[in-house]
Amino acid sequence: MRKNILWELALVFMKIGLFTFGGGYAMIAMMEDLCVEKKQWITHDEMMDVTVIAESTPGPIAINCATYVGYRQAGLIGSIVTTLAIIMPSACIIFLISIFFDHFLEIQLVSHAFKAIKIAVGILIFDAGVTMLHKMPKTVLARSVAGCAFAAIFLSNLFAWNLSSVSLMLIAAAVSLAVFLAKKHMAPKAVK
Amino acid sequence: MALLDLFWGFLRVGCFAFGGAYGAIPLIRDIVLSYGWLTDESLAYMIAVSESTPGPIMLNLATYVGSSQAGVLGSAVATLSVVLPSFFVILLITAALKNLLKNQYVQAVLRGLKPCIIGVILATGSHMILQNAALLPQVSPDLRALALTILLAACFWLPRRLLHKKLSPISLILLSAAFGILAYGI
Repeated sequence: MRKNILWELALVFMKIGLFTFGGGYAMIAMMEDLCVEKKQWITHDEMMDVTVIAESTPGPIAINCATYVGYRQAGLIGSIVTTLAIIMPSACIIFLISIFFDHFLEIQLVSHAFKAIKIAVGILIFDAGVTMLHKMPKTVLARSVAGCAFAAIFLSNLFAWNLSSVSLMLIAAAVSLAVFLAKKHMAPKAVK
Repeated sequence: MALLDLFWGFLRVGCFAFGGAYGAIPLIRDIVLSYGWLTDESLAYMIAVSESTPGPIMLNLATYVGSSQAGVLGSAVATLSVVLPSFFVILLITAALKNLLKNQYVQAVLRGLKPCIIGVILATGSHMILQNAALLPQVSPDLRALALTILLAACFWLPRRLLHKKLSPISLILLSAAFGILAYGI
Protein backbone atom coordinates (compact mmCIF):
# COMPACT_ATOMS: atom_id res chain seq x y z
CA MET A 1 0.00 0.00 0.00
CA ARG A 2 2.66 2.44 1.09
CA LYS A 3 4.85 1.44 -1.79
CA ASN A 4 1.91 1.94 -4.14
CA ILE A 5 1.26 5.50 -3.05
CA LEU A 6 4.94 6.38 -3.58
CA TRP A 7 4.81 5.00 -7.12
CA GLU A 8 1.62 6.85 -7.82
CA LEU A 9 3.04 10.12 -6.48
CA ALA A 10 6.17 9.65 -8.58
CA LEU A 11 4.21 8.96 -11.77
CA VAL A 12 1.75 11.83 -11.35
CA PHE A 13 4.45 14.38 -10.54
CA MET A 14 6.68 13.23 -13.39
CA LYS A 15 3.71 13.77 -15.68
CA ILE A 16 3.23 17.28 -14.30
CA GLY A 17 6.95 17.97 -14.70
CA LEU A 18 6.97 16.74 -18.29
CA PHE A 19 3.92 18.45 -19.71
CA THR A 20 4.04 21.95 -18.32
CA PHE A 21 5.93 24.59 -20.22
CA GLY A 22 7.19 27.82 -18.72
CA GLY A 23 6.71 26.47 -15.20
CA GLY A 24 4.77 28.36 -12.58
CA TYR A 25 1.04 28.71 -12.92
CA ALA A 26 0.63 26.26 -15.81
CA MET A 27 1.88 23.60 -13.43
CA ILE A 28 -0.54 24.69 -10.71
CA ALA A 29 -3.50 24.25 -13.07
CA MET A 30 -2.41 20.72 -13.94
CA MET A 31 -1.75 19.89 -10.28
CA GLU A 32 -5.19 21.16 -9.38
CA ASP A 33 -6.68 18.81 -11.98
CA LEU A 34 -4.65 15.74 -11.00
CA CYS A 35 -4.11 16.06 -7.24
CA VAL A 36 -7.34 17.75 -6.22
CA GLU A 37 -9.96 16.52 -8.72
CA LYS A 38 -8.75 13.08 -9.81
CA LYS A 39 -6.67 11.69 -6.94
CA GLN A 40 -8.13 13.81 -4.13
CA TRP A 41 -4.78 13.94 -2.38
CA ILE A 42 -5.44 17.44 -1.09
CA THR A 43 -8.47 19.75 -1.07
CA HIS A 44 -8.91 22.82 -3.21
CA ASP A 45 -8.59 25.05 -0.13
CA GLU A 46 -5.30 23.43 0.85
CA MET A 47 -4.06 24.00 -2.69
CA MET A 48 -4.94 27.69 -2.40
CA ASP A 49 -3.14 27.90 0.95
CA VAL A 50 0.02 26.34 -0.46
CA THR A 51 -0.03 28.70 -3.42
CA VAL A 52 -0.16 31.65 -1.02
CA ILE A 53 2.66 30.19 1.09
CA ALA A 54 4.69 29.52 -2.05
CA GLU A 55 4.44 33.19 -3.01
CA SER A 56 6.34 34.10 0.15
CA THR A 57 8.93 31.34 0.13
CA PRO A 58 11.90 30.98 -2.20
CA GLY A 59 11.79 28.60 -5.13
CA PRO A 60 9.40 27.87 -7.99
CA ILE A 61 5.77 27.68 -6.90
CA ALA A 62 5.16 24.30 -8.59
CA ILE A 63 8.06 22.69 -6.74
CA ASN A 64 6.76 24.05 -3.44
CA CYS A 65 3.33 22.55 -4.12
CA ALA A 66 4.87 19.21 -5.07
CA THR A 67 6.84 19.11 -1.81
CA TYR A 68 3.67 19.90 0.13
CA VAL A 69 1.48 17.23 -1.52
CA GLY A 70 4.19 14.60 -1.08
CA TYR A 71 4.57 15.41 2.60
CA ARG A 72 0.81 15.29 3.20
CA GLN A 73 0.45 11.89 1.51
CA ALA A 74 3.54 10.05 2.67
CA GLY A 75 5.65 12.18 5.02
CA LEU A 76 9.31 12.97 4.42
CA ILE A 77 9.82 10.14 1.89
CA GLY A 78 6.75 11.30 0.01
CA SER A 79 8.03 14.86 -0.20
CA ILE A 80 11.41 13.69 -1.49
CA VAL A 81 9.71 11.49 -4.12
CA THR A 82 7.37 14.22 -5.41
CA THR A 83 10.08 16.91 -5.46
CA LEU A 84 12.52 14.69 -7.38
CA ALA A 85 9.75 13.43 -9.69
CA ILE A 86 8.65 16.91 -10.73
CA ILE A 87 12.20 18.08 -11.52
CA MET A 88 13.35 14.87 -13.23
CA PRO A 89 11.78 15.25 -16.72
CA SER A 90 12.92 18.83 -17.35
CA ALA A 91 16.38 18.11 -15.90
CA CYS A 92 16.81 15.21 -18.36
CA ILE A 93 15.63 17.32 -21.31
CA ILE A 94 17.91 20.24 -20.45
CA PHE A 95 20.81 17.86 -19.88
CA LEU A 96 20.37 16.44 -23.39
CA ILE A 97 20.07 19.93 -24.84
CA SER A 98 23.24 21.04 -23.04
CA ILE A 99 25.21 18.34 -24.86
CA PHE A 100 24.07 19.46 -28.31
CA PHE A 101 23.47 23.15 -27.82
CA ASP A 102 26.87 24.51 -28.88
CA HIS A 103 26.76 22.49 -32.12
CA PHE A 104 23.20 23.59 -32.65
CA LEU A 105 24.33 27.24 -32.48
CA GLU A 106 26.94 26.62 -35.19
CA ILE A 107 24.11 26.27 -37.70
CA GLN A 108 23.92 29.72 -39.26
CA LEU A 109 20.13 29.86 -39.39
CA VAL A 110 19.93 29.03 -35.68
CA SER A 111 22.51 31.62 -34.68
CA HIS A 112 20.60 34.25 -36.67
CA ALA A 113 17.41 33.25 -34.86
CA PHE A 114 19.07 33.45 -31.44
CA LYS A 115 20.39 36.96 -32.09
CA ALA A 116 16.77 38.11 -32.12
CA ILE A 117 15.62 35.66 -29.43
CA LYS A 118 17.97 37.26 -26.90
CA ILE A 119 16.20 40.56 -27.57
CA ALA A 120 12.86 38.87 -26.82
CA VAL A 121 14.27 37.51 -23.56
CA GLY A 122 15.14 41.03 -22.35
CA ILE A 123 11.58 42.10 -23.13
CA LEU A 124 10.14 39.11 -21.25
CA ILE A 125 12.23 39.79 -18.15
CA PHE A 126 11.34 43.46 -18.15
CA ASP A 127 7.65 42.58 -18.61
CA ALA A 128 7.76 40.12 -15.69
CA GLY A 129 9.10 42.96 -13.53
CA VAL A 130 6.35 45.34 -14.69
CA THR A 131 3.64 42.75 -13.93
CA MET A 132 5.06 42.24 -10.43
CA LEU A 133 5.26 46.00 -9.92
CA HIS A 134 1.52 46.31 -10.69
CA LYS A 135 0.68 43.67 -8.07
CA MET A 136 2.99 45.16 -5.44
CA PRO A 137 1.29 46.87 -2.47
CA LYS A 138 1.72 50.61 -3.09
CA THR A 139 3.21 51.60 0.25
CA VAL A 140 5.93 54.21 0.65
CA LEU A 141 8.34 51.56 1.91
CA ALA A 142 7.70 49.15 -0.99
CA ARG A 143 8.01 51.92 -3.57
CA SER A 144 11.22 53.31 -2.17
CA VAL A 145 12.82 49.87 -1.76
CA ALA A 146 11.88 48.92 -5.35
CA GLY A 147 13.12 52.29 -6.64
CA CYS A 148 16.44 52.12 -4.79
CA ALA A 149 17.00 48.49 -5.83
CA PHE A 150 16.31 49.40 -9.45
CA ALA A 151 18.73 52.33 -9.36
CA ALA A 152 21.44 50.36 -7.55
CA ILE A 153 21.38 47.36 -9.90
CA PHE A 154 20.92 49.45 -13.04
CA LEU A 155 23.92 51.64 -12.19
CA SER A 156 26.04 48.68 -11.10
CA ASN A 157 25.29 46.97 -14.43
CA LEU A 158 26.14 50.13 -16.31
CA PHE A 159 29.44 50.82 -14.57
CA ALA A 160 30.33 47.17 -13.87
CA TRP A 161 30.36 47.64 -10.10
CA ASN A 162 30.59 44.57 -7.98
CA LEU A 163 27.19 44.69 -6.29
CA SER A 164 25.34 41.40 -5.88
CA SER A 165 21.55 41.12 -5.84
CA VAL A 166 21.77 38.94 -2.74
CA SER A 167 23.55 41.58 -0.66
CA LEU A 168 21.04 44.16 -1.87
CA MET A 169 18.18 41.88 -0.78
CA LEU A 170 19.75 41.46 2.65
CA ILE A 171 20.01 45.25 2.99
CA ALA A 172 16.35 45.65 1.93
CA ALA A 173 15.24 43.03 4.46
CA ALA A 174 17.23 44.76 7.23
CA VAL A 175 15.83 48.19 6.34
CA SER A 176 12.26 46.87 6.31
CA LEU A 177 12.78 45.14 9.66
CA ALA A 178 14.30 48.31 11.15
CA VAL A 179 11.35 50.40 9.93
CA PHE A 180 8.96 47.88 11.49
CA LEU A 181 10.80 47.86 14.84
CA ALA A 182 11.03 51.66 14.90
CA LYS A 183 7.28 51.95 14.27
CA LYS A 184 6.57 49.37 16.95
CA HIS A 185 8.59 51.27 19.55
CA MET A 186 7.17 54.62 18.51
CA ALA A 187 3.55 53.48 18.63
CA PRO A 188 3.00 53.41 22.45
CA LYS A 189 4.51 56.90 22.79
CA ALA A 190 2.24 58.22 20.07
CA VAL A 191 -0.80 56.95 22.01
CA LYS A 192 0.27 58.89 25.10
CA MET B 1 36.21 22.04 -6.74
CA ALA B 2 33.83 22.85 -9.62
CA LEU B 3 31.15 20.76 -7.90
CA LEU B 4 31.60 22.66 -4.65
CA ASP B 5 31.35 26.00 -6.48
CA LEU B 6 28.19 24.80 -8.25
CA PHE B 7 26.68 23.62 -4.97
CA TRP B 8 27.44 26.81 -3.08
CA GLY B 9 26.53 29.11 -5.97
CA PHE B 10 23.15 27.54 -6.66
CA LEU B 11 22.35 27.06 -2.98
CA ARG B 12 22.56 30.86 -2.63
CA VAL B 13 20.28 31.26 -5.65
CA GLY B 14 17.81 28.82 -4.09
CA CYS B 15 17.76 30.69 -0.78
CA PHE B 16 16.93 34.06 -2.32
CA ALA B 17 14.75 33.12 -5.30
CA PHE B 18 11.64 34.96 -4.18
CA GLY B 19 9.30 36.35 -6.78
CA GLY B 20 8.37 33.54 -9.15
CA ALA B 21 9.78 32.34 -12.44
CA TYR B 22 11.82 35.43 -13.27
CA GLY B 23 12.86 36.27 -9.73
CA ALA B 24 15.85 33.97 -9.88
CA ILE B 25 17.24 35.25 -13.18
CA PRO B 26 19.16 38.26 -11.74
CA LEU B 27 20.58 36.01 -8.99
CA ILE B 28 21.67 33.37 -11.49
CA ARG B 29 23.15 36.09 -13.68
CA ASP B 30 25.26 37.37 -10.76
CA ILE B 31 26.55 33.89 -10.03
CA VAL B 32 27.30 32.71 -13.58
CA LEU B 33 29.01 35.99 -14.51
CA SER B 34 31.12 36.11 -11.34
CA TYR B 35 32.34 32.52 -11.77
CA GLY B 36 32.67 33.02 -15.53
CA TRP B 37 30.37 30.06 -16.25
CA LEU B 38 28.30 31.85 -18.89
CA THR B 39 28.37 35.17 -20.75
CA ASP B 40 25.41 37.55 -20.87
CA GLU B 41 24.75 36.32 -24.39
CA SER B 42 24.71 32.59 -23.67
CA LEU B 43 22.63 33.22 -20.52
CA ALA B 44 19.97 34.94 -22.65
CA TYR B 45 20.04 31.98 -25.07
CA MET B 46 19.52 29.55 -22.23
CA ILE B 47 16.70 31.60 -20.72
CA ALA B 48 14.91 31.30 -24.08
CA VAL B 49 15.55 27.56 -24.21
CA SER B 50 14.33 27.18 -20.60
CA GLU B 51 11.19 29.11 -21.40
CA SER B 52 10.49 26.83 -24.37
CA THR B 53 11.02 23.52 -22.57
CA PRO B 54 9.04 22.06 -19.64
CA GLY B 55 9.93 22.97 -16.08
CA PRO B 56 10.70 26.13 -14.11
CA ILE B 57 13.32 28.43 -15.67
CA MET B 58 15.39 28.53 -12.50
CA LEU B 59 15.83 24.74 -12.44
CA ASN B 60 16.50 24.51 -16.15
CA LEU B 61 19.25 27.13 -15.92
CA ALA B 62 20.80 25.29 -12.98
CA THR B 63 20.76 21.98 -14.86
CA TYR B 64 22.34 23.59 -17.94
CA VAL B 65 25.08 25.45 -16.08
CA GLY B 66 25.85 22.36 -13.99
CA SER B 67 26.08 20.15 -17.04
CA SER B 68 28.24 22.57 -19.01
CA GLN B 69 30.66 22.92 -16.08
CA ALA B 70 30.88 19.36 -14.77
CA GLY B 71 28.80 16.92 -16.80
CA VAL B 72 26.06 14.69 -15.41
CA LEU B 73 27.26 15.03 -11.84
CA GLY B 74 27.46 18.80 -12.16
CA SER B 75 23.91 19.04 -13.48
CA ALA B 76 22.63 16.86 -10.63
CA VAL B 77 24.50 18.92 -8.01
CA ALA B 78 23.36 22.29 -9.40
CA THR B 79 19.72 21.20 -9.82
CA LEU B 80 19.46 19.66 -6.37
CA SER B 81 21.20 22.52 -4.59
CA VAL B 82 18.89 25.08 -6.21
CA VAL B 83 15.76 23.27 -4.90
CA LEU B 84 17.19 22.32 -1.50
CA PRO B 85 16.38 25.60 0.32
CA SER B 86 12.77 25.78 -0.87
CA PHE B 87 12.31 22.08 -0.10
CA PHE B 88 13.36 22.59 3.52
CA VAL B 89 11.38 25.80 3.93
CA ILE B 90 8.14 24.11 2.79
CA LEU B 91 8.86 21.07 4.95
CA LEU B 92 9.49 23.31 7.93
CA ILE B 93 6.29 25.25 7.40
CA THR B 94 4.02 22.23 6.85
CA ALA B 95 5.57 20.03 9.51
CA ALA B 96 6.45 22.36 12.33
CA LEU B 97 5.94 26.07 11.91
CA LYS B 98 2.48 26.53 10.41
CA ASN B 99 2.33 30.18 11.41
CA LEU B 100 5.89 31.09 10.44
CA LEU B 101 4.71 33.33 7.61
CA LYS B 102 2.19 35.08 9.84
CA ASN B 103 4.93 36.06 12.29
CA GLN B 104 5.21 39.85 12.27
CA TYR B 105 9.02 39.89 12.00
CA VAL B 106 8.98 37.44 9.09
CA GLN B 107 6.32 39.63 7.47
CA ALA B 108 8.52 42.70 7.95
CA VAL B 109 11.47 40.96 6.29
CA LEU B 110 9.28 39.83 3.36
CA ARG B 111 7.97 43.39 2.94
CA GLY B 112 11.55 44.42 2.21
CA LEU B 113 12.58 41.41 0.10
CA LYS B 114 9.68 41.41 -2.35
CA PRO B 115 9.88 45.02 -3.62
CA CYS B 116 13.68 44.66 -3.74
CA ILE B 117 13.51 41.69 -6.11
CA ILE B 118 11.02 43.61 -8.29
CA GLY B 119 13.47 46.50 -8.60
CA VAL B 120 16.28 44.04 -9.36
CA ILE B 121 14.26 42.28 -12.10
CA LEU B 122 13.28 45.58 -13.71
CA ALA B 123 16.90 46.77 -13.68
CA THR B 124 18.15 43.48 -15.14
CA GLY B 125 15.45 43.49 -17.84
CA SER B 126 16.00 47.09 -18.88
CA HIS B 127 19.79 46.62 -18.93
CA MET B 128 19.37 43.57 -21.18
CA ILE B 129 17.05 45.48 -23.52
CA LEU B 130 19.49 48.40 -23.79
CA GLN B 131 22.46 46.09 -24.24
CA ASN B 132 20.74 44.01 -26.94
CA ALA B 133 19.51 47.12 -28.75
CA ALA B 134 23.13 48.37 -28.67
CA LEU B 135 22.12 51.53 -26.82
CA LEU B 136 24.78 51.32 -24.12
CA PRO B 137 27.94 53.43 -24.40
CA GLN B 138 30.23 50.34 -24.39
CA VAL B 139 28.41 48.64 -27.28
CA SER B 140 28.98 49.68 -30.88
CA PRO B 141 25.76 50.87 -32.54
CA ASP B 142 23.75 48.25 -34.43
CA LEU B 143 20.76 49.52 -36.37
CA ARG B 144 19.43 46.05 -37.11
CA ALA B 145 19.32 45.14 -33.41
CA LEU B 146 17.67 48.45 -32.55
CA ALA B 147 15.00 47.95 -35.21
CA LEU B 148 14.36 44.38 -34.04
CA THR B 149 14.00 45.58 -30.44
CA ILE B 150 11.41 48.20 -31.40
CA LEU B 151 9.55 45.72 -33.61
CA LEU B 152 9.44 42.98 -30.96
CA ALA B 153 8.47 45.37 -28.17
CA ALA B 154 5.62 46.64 -30.36
CA CYS B 155 4.49 43.08 -31.19
CA PHE B 156 4.52 42.19 -27.49
CA TRP B 157 2.98 45.26 -25.88
CA LEU B 158 0.68 46.74 -28.53
CA PRO B 159 -1.83 43.83 -28.72
CA ARG B 160 -2.16 44.00 -24.96
CA ARG B 161 -2.80 47.74 -24.94
CA LEU B 162 -5.22 47.69 -27.87
CA LEU B 163 -6.93 44.28 -27.80
CA HIS B 164 -6.20 43.08 -24.26
CA LYS B 165 -4.75 39.93 -25.73
CA LYS B 166 -1.53 38.65 -24.31
CA LEU B 167 1.16 37.14 -26.49
CA SER B 168 2.59 34.14 -24.59
CA PRO B 169 6.35 34.05 -23.91
CA ILE B 170 6.79 31.08 -26.24
CA SER B 171 5.00 32.83 -29.11
CA LEU B 172 7.22 35.89 -28.63
CA ILE B 173 10.31 33.67 -28.74
CA LEU B 174 9.10 31.93 -31.92
CA LEU B 175 8.21 35.25 -33.50
CA SER B 176 11.63 36.69 -32.64
CA ALA B 177 13.32 33.62 -34.12
CA ALA B 178 11.49 34.21 -37.41
CA PHE B 179 12.39 37.93 -37.39
CA GLY B 180 16.01 37.08 -36.58
CA ILE B 181 16.30 34.67 -39.53
CA LEU B 182 14.81 37.31 -41.81
CA ALA B 183 16.82 40.24 -40.47
CA TYR B 184 20.27 38.58 -40.29
CA GLY B 185 19.87 36.03 -43.07
CA ILE B 186 18.83 38.27 -45.92
